Amino acid sequence: MKWSRIIIYSALIALALLFLMPLGVVLMNSLRSSQEIAATSMIGWPRQLTFANYGQAWNQFCMAEHCWGIEPYMLNSFTLVIPATILSTMLGALAGYSITLWRFRGDQLVFGLVTLGVFLPEQMKLIPWVVVLRDLSLMNTISGLILIHTIQGMSFTTLFCRNYYVSIPPDLLKAAKIDGAGFFRIFWRIVLPLSPPILIVTVIFQFTGIWNEFLYGVTFTSGGQQPVTAALISLSAAVTSEPMYGEQSAAVLIAALPPLLVYLFGGRYFMSGLTAGAVK
Amino acid sequence: MAALSIRGLSKRFARLEVLKDINLDIESGEFTVLVGPSGCGKSTLLSIVAGLERASAGIVEIGGRIVNDIEPKDRDIAMVFQSYALYPSMSVRQNITFGMECRHVPKPEQEAAVAHVAKLLQIEPLLDRRPSQLSGGQRQRVAMGRALVRDPLLFLFDEPLSNLDAQLRVEMRMEIKRLHQRIGATIVYVTHDQIEAMTMATRIAVMYKGEVQQFADPDTIYRYPANLFVARFMGSPPMNTMPARLLAEDGMPQVVIGAGRPDEVRLRLRGYDAAAAFRGSEVVLGIRPECIAESGRVFGDTSEAPIVVNAPVEMIEPTGAETIVLLRLGGEPALARISPDIRPATGALAPFALDTRRICLFDPTTERLIA
Amino acid sequence: MRTSVALQAGESKTARGESVWRRRLGSALTELAIWVPLTIAAGNVVVFTLWTTWVSFTASKLMPDYDWVGLRNYWAVTRTANFQIAYVNLVIFGLGYVLLTMALGLLLAILLDQRVRGENVLRTVFLYPLAVSFVVTGTVWSWLLNPGLGIQKLVNDLGWTDFRFDWLVQSDKAIYTVIIAGVWQAAGFAMALFLAGLRSLDKDLIKAAQIDGAGPWRMYRRVLLPTIWPIFVTVFVILLQWAIKAFDLVRALTGGGPGISTMLPTLVVYDFMFQRSELGRGSAAAVLMLLSLVVVLAPYGIYMRWRRQRQARA
Repeated sequence: MKWSRIIIYSALIALALLFLMPLGVVLMNSLRSSQEIAATSMIGWPRQLTFANYGQAWNQFCMAEHCWGIEPYMLNSFTLVIPATILSTMLGALAGYSITLWRFRGDQLVFGLVTLGVFLPEQMKLIPWVVVLRDLSLMNTISGLILIHTIQGMSFTTLFCRNYYVSIPPDLLKAAKIDGAGFFRIFWRIVLPLSPPILIVTVIFQFTGIWNEFLYGVTFTSGGQQPVTAALISLSAAVTSEPMYGEQSAAVLIAALPPLLVYLFGGRYFMSGLTAGAVK
Repeated sequence: MAALSIRGLSKRFARLEVLKDINLDIESGEFTVLVGPSGCGKSTLLSIVAGLERASAGIVEIGGRIVNDIEPKDRDIAMVFQSYALYPSMSVRQNITFGMECRHVPKPEQEAAVAHVAKLLQIEPLLDRRPSQLSGGQRQRVAMGRALVRDPLLFLFDEPLSNLDAQLRVEMRMEIKRLHQRIGATIVYVTHDQIEAMTMATRIAVMYKGEVQQFADPDTIYRYPANLFVARFMGSPPMNTMPARLLAEDGMPQVVIGAGRPDEVRLRLRGYDAAAAFRGSEVVLGIRPECIAESGRVFGDTSEAPIVVNAPVEMIEPTGAETIVLLRLGGEPALARISPDIRPATGALAPFALDTRRICLFDPTTERLIA
Repeated sequence: MRTSVALQAGESKTARGESVWRRRLGSALTELAIWVPLTIAAGNVVVFTLWTTWVSFTASKLMPDYDWVGLRNYWAVTRTANFQIAYVNLVIFGLGYVLLTMALGLLLAILLDQRVRGENVLRTVFLYPLAVSFVVTGTVWSWLLNPGLGIQKLVNDLGWTDFRFDWLVQSDKAIYTVIIAGVWQAAGFAMALFLAGLRSLDKDLIKAAQIDGAGPWRMYRRVLLPTIWPIFVTVFVILLQWAIKAFDLVRALTGGGPGISTMLPTLVVYDFMFQRSELGRGSAAAVLMLLSLVVVLAPYGIYMRWRRQRQARA
């Protein structure tokens, strides 16, 4: 029936536009000057295209008390996210491997505890981390955040990797043991080479998750040490006093770009990871 | 010195006793098949011999050495798995050399070993391919190559042909047998297929419910099965078994099937003196389908005419190579294998020759062979 | 006739080339590699939870203090206006967010299940909000819903001067804006799971229904949706616990305001811990949050275990 197809497509296109609208608005605004926006409204086509906002947002824009643009915060985020993603993923793979393929007493209990970490609210861990970071002199440093995200991230990465490793045929390990391979050799030569699918998914989720994380960033760092998502809060309409919407839009866009790009390029894995993770 | 010696082995998983007091002695160069239905414990036994699982009690000796506490890699064994278990991310060559790598064997030796084994199994053109690019039969050969290259005291095969289709299975069966003849390895082979057992083994261990029912060469197992289970399990179609009565008459023993019925069958038996103790009591009679043939068949080269019985035919199945007939002897159902040219009419009586030299008698209570 | 391939004759098979201490080192390293990451991860969960719970029973103010005060913090916290409004909001927000997200997600999934062209593009469009941080979402929606700046201003400027969309600044309606932003972000997730569920259905089921004469509406309502019931439960639980944990979104969108009308439990915790320097009270609020999560997750866990046992027995 043709009619039904028309309805379906119209509905989908309308909804798609609705979903794209916020992104579109911000994109448009980043290309308009702030005066123009203040004069009209947040939503509208640029009367005059201007790319100056991006330059401003990068290193001149004023957020909170500092006027050094968004650049230092972006650098902080990269410095945080890349090591934390790599470390938490590798540790998760190792832990998932240990739990799945080297059975030992209490392994289910340990796995259950580690998995609980995925559900535990961050608020429950704030005070202990404050004390730990203070004792290690890592307060207000990116290294401190890397530590937090690596350890916390292990709950998620272990869960994911373990769910993937259970499908490795046990005969493979028996053959390897007979061949004389030990724990590390089996991991390195047999399990890891089979892991790229799950590692990619894990890296994607960790990258976007840690980049977008806010609470720890805003609690344990301040000022120039903050990752970009934490610093961004000062742009929110609830918080800001100076409406420089053009630059702010550009700033928001730049800050949101890395995870978006990771998502766009890894889209297929994102989707498969979502559905796999929900099948517990 | 026995290549493999198992004494008093038992294994239990929580409450369940999976293996009960296993005793086996396997000589060097033998091809031993462990055969039995699923759940009989044969794979568990193999795992224990390999060192992948620990026995609850008992001793395993390989090459005269007690290996209960020794790691699989140090037991001088090699194993071929049902699923081949080839390392997917490595080439065929690397699959074969992996064990040698783990043992730090120098490179030139590894090369020589691979070359030798590849030639033996004719897998030279496959050496640089990945397992996913190979067919089932090729994968199986690579798995065997991996085992061969270890040059172990003992080869363990865990149902290696179950994943292949019927035709390939026959081919690979012959290849394995040929390999055994060429290199004289000691092989322990687990399968649920009794045809594989009969065709490949030097000795068969029939297992059921965690126990070895009989351990002997194929001929003995076939002709003198130790008990009813072995009798029914080995041979296809399986041996016909039916209740009968041994008559207490002097002179030649007689066995009656369906005593008292109008269609009772009486058979004279010769040389079944061991059954003397059972004269006058119930027994279980076993007769293989090929021992019931069309009348006019002569069994063996005896000059005596075989006993002919008229029996009602219930159903016939022509297979091309023969005709399988479902008939009734003294009211008991039995299968016969007769000449493919003869198609008796169903529902009618037909004459059948019985080979009474090969009849087995079993004690109905212990199910063990009497004669 | 053994070939001279692998090991030389007379070589000790047990310790070839390895001295005893090297083997012990190898197995020690293995133990470390297994236990250290797992202990840290599991310990992190257990120790920190217990620690915070402990602090909730102490008189901690600016720094953790270890004087036991029993349930005093809990009484104090539950009596504050912040807390009470927060939990009322949580119910409103929770239900609105979860139900609307599931409805929208289901609609999207069903639409996409119709074998439309460009399905991949559409799916990417609906899922991208998940890749965006809650702070960005909240910030952008705070601009859009600002009556002086966003949608209302646009519509007013276009001529409909009476148009009002100022929920953001109205105390009793602000919480709905949080729902709107939240649904926008999460609907794609629900859609992804529902779509995967619909796609994984046994094709024969559909064929049987078609032979029985079921039209598309009936097919969905009576055949397909009931079969993916477990996915509904999963999505419901995941969304509900996201709702309980919602922090970044509210902070960026409304900051808890106007006033304290969009307070949520997570904000209450933050407020106590870092804005009022009442660590004890803040911990109590955090523990209460954890308990509400347990109330949601425990039945789910039990339900899953029951289902798995039932399947194992079948």
